[in-house]
This record gives sequence, C-alpha cells and structure tokens, in this order.
Amino acid sequence: MTRAWRLLKRRLVGSIPVLLIVVVGSFLLLEAAPGDAVDAYVVSVGGDAGMIEALRQNWGLDASPMTRLAAYLWALLHLDLGHSVAFSRPVLDVVLERLPNTLLLMGAATALSFALGTALGILAGARPGSARDRLLSIGSLALYAVPGFWLALVLTIVFSVELRWLPLSGMETIASGKTGIARALDIAWHMVLPVTSLGLIYLALYLRMMRAGMAEVWRMDFTLAARARGIPRRRIVLGHVARNALLPLVTMLGLQSAQMLGGSVVIESVFSVPGLGRLAQEAVGSRDTPLLIGIILVSAVLVIVINLLVDIAYAALDPRVDASEANA
Amino acid sequence: MSLGRLFRSPEAVAGFAILGLLVAIALLAPVLFPGDPLAIAGQPLTRPFQDWTLPLGTDRLGRDVLAGLFHGARTSLAVGLAAAAASILVGSVVGTVAGFAGGLVDEVLMRITDAFQTVPGFLLSLALVSVVGPSLGVVVAAIALSAWTGPARIARAEVLSIRERDYVASARVIGMHPVEIAFREVLPNALPPVLALSSVIVAAAILTEAALSFLGLGDPNRVTWGGMIAEGRAVLRSAPYLSVIPGIALVLAVLGVYLAGEGVVEGTAAREGQA
Repeated sequence: MTRAWRLLKRRLVGSIPVLLIVVVGSFLLLEAAPGDAVDAYVVSVGGDAGMIEALRQNWGLDASPMTRLAAYLWALLHLDLGHSVAFSRPVLDVVLERLPNTLLLMGAATALSFALGTALGILAGARPGSARDRLLSIGSLALYAVPGFWLALVLTIVFSVELRWLPLSGMETIASGKTGIARALDIAWHMVLPVTSLGLIYLALYLRMMRAGMAEVWRMDFTLAARARGIPRRRIVLGHVARNALLPLVTMLGLQSAQMLGGSVVIESVFSVPGLGRLAQEAVGSRDTPLLIGIILVSAVLVIVINLLVDIAYAALDPRVDASEANA
Repeated sequence: MSLGRLFRSPEAVAGFAILGLLVAIALLAPVLFPGDPLAIAGQPLTRPFQDWTLPLGTDRLGRDVLAGLFHGARTSLAVGLAAAAASILVGSVVGTVAGFAGGLVDEVLMRITDAFQTVPGFLLSLALVSVVGPSLGVVVAAIALSAWTGPARIARAEVLSIRERDYVASARVIGMHPVEIAFREVLPNALPPVLALSSVIVAAAILTEAALSFLGLGDPNRVTWGGMIAEGRAVLRSAPYLSVIPGIALVLAVLGVYLAGEGVVEGTAAREGQA
C-alpha cells in the first residue's frame, strides 16, 4: 500500500503545475474571444446600455484581465467554476450533471475497444505474417481511418432507420416512467450505438499495439525455449506471448482517455446523448465562456485522475515499476 | 530510395495510388468544376446515377455532390498538410529547445507539453475555432495546437542523445553559437523519427478538420467533406447517400495516407536492413 501511496503523492504534486498551465491557457484563449458573456446574454434576452453596464459589473467583466485571472484562480480553489450564462446556473452543477453520462459512454466504449482489440490482436499476433494477421492489420487500419461521427451516422442508417432495431438517439425513452432495472436496460439499449461507434474507432489502436507487442515477444529467448520444450502453441501464445505483450496496453488506456473525451463530442452530438461533449458544443453555440472553460478544466482533471488510476494499476501489475519510481 | 522499395507491398501501392488520385482530384477540381461548388446546379435531391450531368446527384439545395467532393478534396488535403507541417515545425522547435537547453527551460516547456496533452485535443481545437471564428487558417492553427505535442516529445528524446555526440562537441569547440548549433547541427539530425510520424499526423488532421466541419465549425465559404456529411444528416432517412458518399471519400483519403506512410517507413527500414 505504501508503494501505491508514494506513487499517488508524486503524481499529484506533478499534476499541479500542469493544471495551472491548463487554467491560464484556457483563460487566455477565451480572453481573446470577441464579445463576452454579457453580449451573448443580451443577444438572447435583450437589454439596454444601462443594463449591459450593470451586468458587466455584476459579473466582474469590467476588471483588468490579470485581476480576473487572479479572481478566477481564487474561485477555483473554492471549487467555484463560475456561472453559466446559457443555463443560468453554476458551471460546476451543469458539468457534474452531464459528467456521469459521458463517463458511462467512455467506460463502456473503452471496455469494448480494449477487450475486442486485445482479442483480435492476439489472433493477429499468434502467427505474425500469416494471412489472418495481414487481413486483421489492414482491417484495423481501415477502421482507424473511419471518422467516428460518420460511422455513427452509417450505423444509425442501418440499425435505426432501415432495420429499426435500435433507438435513433437520446439517452433513454422520454417520460417512459421506467425505474430500476427496466430503466437501466432502457439506457443500455439506447447506448448500444453510441458505445459501438466510439469503441470501434479506438479498437484498432489496441489491436495494432497488441499485435506489435506480440511480434516483439516472439523474438525473445524465452519463447524459443518454450517452443524447444515442446509446449503446445496455443499455450505459448496465451500464457507467454500475449501475457507479456498485454502490459503496455494498460498504459495506453490512460493515454487514450483524453482522445476519447474529444471523440465523444461528435458521438454525443450525433446521438443527442446529454453528456460533457454535447455540452461543449452547446457552450460553443451560445458563446458561454465560463462553461467552456469549466468543461475543459473538468476534462483535464478527469484525464489526470484516469492516468493516476492507470499508473496505480500498472504498479500493482508490474513489480518492476517500484524500483524505477523509487530511484526517480 | 528507389521506387521499387517504396512499392514493395501491395498495401503501399494501394496507398500511393489513392494518394495520387486524391492529389489529382484536388488539382483538377477548378478545371473540371470551374463554377462555385456551393451554387445550385440542378433539381434538389437528385439521386446518384440518374442524371449523367450530375453523376452523384444533388443535395437538399440542388448543389452538385461530385463537384463538392472534388472541391472538398482540396480543403481536406490543404488543411491536413498545412496542419501537419505546422505541428511538426512547432513541435520540433519546442523539442529541440527543450532538449538542447535542458534545466529550467526544459522543465517549463515539458510541463506546457504535458498540459496540452492533458486537455482533450478536440476540445482545444473546438475552443480555438469558436473563439477566433471559423476560417481555413484558424482551423489549421486549431488542429496544429492539439497535434504538436507528439513531434515535440520525439524531437526532444532525439536531441537528448544527439547533443552528446562528438560533432556537437566540436561545433562548440570551434565557437559556434549555441542557437546555431541547436538549429543547424542538432535539429536536422533529430528530424527523421519526427517525419516518420507525419503520415499519422496528416491523417489525424484530416479527421479533425472533418469533425470540426461536421459540427459547423469549418470555413463557411468552402466545401468540406465534413460539412457535406452534416448537411446530409437533415435528410438521413430519405437520402442517406448524401452523408454516405463524402464519408467514403474521407475514409479512402485517410486510409491512403496511412498506407502510403507505412510504405515509406517499411521501404526505409528495408534499405537500412540492406546497408
């Protein structure tokens, strides 16, 4: 336990400057925006010059940029991410409300792409250079070339419009009155297409990494020794080669999380899943500066936390990590 | 590198064929379809293969799909190449400076790189485009903003090993300025592994551009494949071909870039193996 604790502490301290840069960076970016939250508010609601002035003062938009940044940092320390103009609610509330949906989508898609990608990668890497290997490699490359939002649309055309098997969009049947297990099943049913679209895109990455890792392990002496001892091929593939090639994929899980969060923006927008990604699109549409900063910030924290968990899992799986971490 | 080595696998041949076709389409677009691809060309929602003056049909507003496809290739290719060039340029400069200067400079630059990798790249691009407004240059900058970190890390790792080499030491001895050493001696030698990544970066840039256009954040004065797919979404039930056709073009283009890139890497590896 002390090992995981030491690792956790090191990573937490290391992530503070990174987070600070993220905050300052996104603040600068959005400072550069023409028009501010008041403009957006007035466009949608209307108001006179006096009211605009009052609003600017009220929301602290008339202070100098440095003061505003300092005030923003101070507020962040108190978990105050500002006020969303479009929703007329605290940013953190809106973001946290949407977060579970995105986590569900990402978690399921990650599980799908990791499990299926690893399995297919083992199939391809069992005999490097075979016809099956070549076919899977090209197939995965083709899948990697498919834009997520387009795959989502094609799956919708096939399964929702033509076959009518799966719901077109949304997170659950509206006003169905379902509760408990029935509701969970309803949500799962709605998530089939979004999860498949998001998962399939990233499947190729795990497949290719697994395959490449296995090709490397095949060249090592211990596999040669295992073959010389006459161990059945199936057992060498699963027990020796695949097992040793699997570990780097765990790290990929963490690195992949930022990309998947980005990918979920388009997927959520295609299927109208009320998650973080769709919220980002809504924030862009309504020029909701505080909301967009909030989403970027929460995503960054999420990515850091996921990578932290992955690092801890990795340390638990690979005892060699301890030595290098202790020396570093 | 001889062409024979480049074309040693059927995949590489296919990749270069697709890439060649794509470039030809992009170059020929203004010749074959001189008019504005956003102009009305015929009856709205003409199906493909019905009217031979409009082989792939028309969209909701009666715009020629084939003309859009040709002009969209220009945008995709231009944005993909420009964004990749920009991110490789920025990345290799940042990586070289970090690796060569070391110390505090290295620490600061790498923490900034960390920060950029922590924020989902697509959210970053989305934010920049929405803040500055959609135009071709902004889209290129937005994509480069999220793609320069990979080249930066690879360049830094290369520079760390190169800066200990004898020729760098001798450049120091003859009194070359450190900046000159960094950019004339070290950077060029650190580039090959960075360039090996370029096909992946170009492909990712094309996909990001398509996703931005799909969300309505592309240059509104240009035809983009992503924009065409989004446009077709409104009539997904009655005219699915409007979304499917530009998507196929996208998949082929990205696949071509990947395959050609792998062909080059394999060809280079084969040459090194023979040497």
